[in-house]
Amino acid sequence: MGKMNNNLVQIADGIKFIPGASAIVAPLNKLINWGRAGSIWPATFGLACCAIEMMVAGSSTNDLDRFGIIFRASPRQADCLILAGTITKKMAPVVRRVFDQMPEPRYVLAMGSCACTGGVFDTYAVVQGADEFLPVDVYIPGCPPRPEALLEGLIKLQEKIMQEQGRWSNLV
Amino acid sequence: MITLTDTQTIDIPVQSGDEDRYHLKLGPQHPATHGVLRVDLDLDGETILTCDPKVGYLHRGFEKLAEHRTYAQNIVLTDRLDYIAAMSNNVGYCEAVERLLAIEVPERAKMLRVMVCEMSRISSHLLWLATHALDIGAMTVFLYCFREREVLLELFAELCGARLTTTYTRLGGVRQDVTRSIMKKLDKFVEDFPACIEEYETLIDTNRIWLKRTIGVGQVSAEKALDLCLTGASLRGSGVDYDIRKHMPYSGYEKFEFDVPTGETGDTYARYRCRMEELRQSNFILRQCIEMMPPGPILGKDAPDLIMPIKPANKLEVDVPAKNALITLIEDRDVFMEGDIYVATEVPKGELGFYFISDGMGRPYRMHIRSPSFIHIGALSTMGQGVMIADLIAIIGTLDVVLGECDR
Repeated sequence: MGKMNNNLVQIADGIKFIPGASAIVAPLNKLINWGRAGSIWPATFGLACCAIEMMVAGSSTNDLDRFGIIFRASPRQADCLILAGTITKKMAPVVRRVFDQMPEPRYVLAMGSCACTGGVFDTYAVVQGADEFLPVDVYIPGCPPRPEALLEGLIKLQEKIMQEQGRWSNLV
Repeated sequence: MITLTDTQTIDIPVQSGDEDRYHLKLGPQHPATHGVLRVDLDLDGETILTCDPKVGYLHRGFEKLAEHRTYAQNIVLTDRLDYIAAMSNNVGYCEAVERLLAIEVPERAKMLRVMVCEMSRISSHLLWLATHALDIGAMTVFLYCFREREVLLELFAELCGARLTTTYTRLGGVRQDVTRSIMKKLDKFVEDFPACIEEYETLIDTNRIWLKRTIGVGQVSAEKALDLCLTGASLRGSGVDYDIRKHMPYSGYEKFEFDVPTGETGDTYARYRCRMEELRQSNFILRQCIEMMPPGPILGKDAPDLIMPIKPANKLEVDVPAKNALITLIEDRDVFMEGDIYVATEVPKGELGFYFISDGMGRPYRMHIRSPSFIHIGALSTMGQGVMIADLIAIIGTLDVVLGECDR
């Protein structure tokens, strides 16, 4: 048994691959988290300036596809909402509806100063941070953050998903 | 005349065929509406009967915010207007304030402004082409355009530290001088770029799907385009030769040699051809910038110096003279000219105008922004009538709207 354990290849925290057997050994919760972290599908939802950098992150230079991140046009197919830009008071109900349309498990990334805190727009029209009405998982500062910063945020989200226990179901 | 009491009701006559109408709300969450535009459509089958654009989902209160900040602080806000071509907005704003305050700009700074303007025009047109083609169904163009756009954005980052929100200009000049490394990289870009334009054209210029989706779609005659107040390439596609860079030159554009490409048919394809030609002309202007760049200072000698106050001023106290404002202008320039001014510049989307009313304080009494996107979205209700839904997406794309600038 000990000899066999030495042959296992650790591919993620607690998830082991048996070479030659085409099999994976892991606790169920870690396996599910691993699957979720490797297939984050954000909704194509640009709000303002940060959406342009989000597009750059998805284009050929940075290529989000290699993380398993594929933009979906419908929130019903997505499990991650990247709030890329300023959320105005007129837009906030729409953002909330898009979030409500997403099936669980779902995650929210606040990209940029505006989505985090309202940024420079301390005005009558702007929501001072997405966390006023949404459960934000990761905050990415910057105005706008570079595409690399968005990648960093998404990697942080993956790390967060990997550590989850009992958040979305009793099983995992 | 009908007068109604509380108990009376009025029957609204139902036109025949009304029961077949379908009401569709396109947006604000829709990948092809370029942000948060919402369009309310009345449909008969797939044909649009009425098209009613609804704006304001990105209204951030720019104009009100500007009244609470000094002229120099407001440069930061102009980045976030048209965030695809922030440099052009910076230049447009500074041109207006400089004319209001009678500040001279040195030659080198003017040339640098033209240079960054044209760079941002190219990057804006590349983004337009990428998203427009993506909306119509050509995915590959997107990847090619972003390849070149990345070069320009990295040049912006090297020049002023930010890729999108640049805040490059200052009242009376620019923030940073170009380095030899930037000029070398730009020279290489200018050298390579014409081949890249040809590459995009190979992809879509004679593509049958592209032609079917663009020729004859969103057609506006020259008179109609003028009535709708279209500007920029959206107007030039209809054959009207109107370019502020040529006809009311600012920032030394009169020294440059360039053509103003115009279309004839006024449809989506003509506007596409216009913008592709503009890419070539901008590249040509960049080449002239590199060759003609004069030496000298980048900030005028009567440019206002900025000092930070030792103690932060009370934020709510805005009705103080300029010398007591949060960031104050020193010298004897604390009393500004009173009056109003409108200065228009040619940004990639069209005519961007800044209208200031000054009451002699260090901040604008009123700042109004004439943004091309807002006017173009207004034209959508006319252009979108009687077309198919899929064509409406092409029309939104061809008008090249950006909602940050539209809603302000």
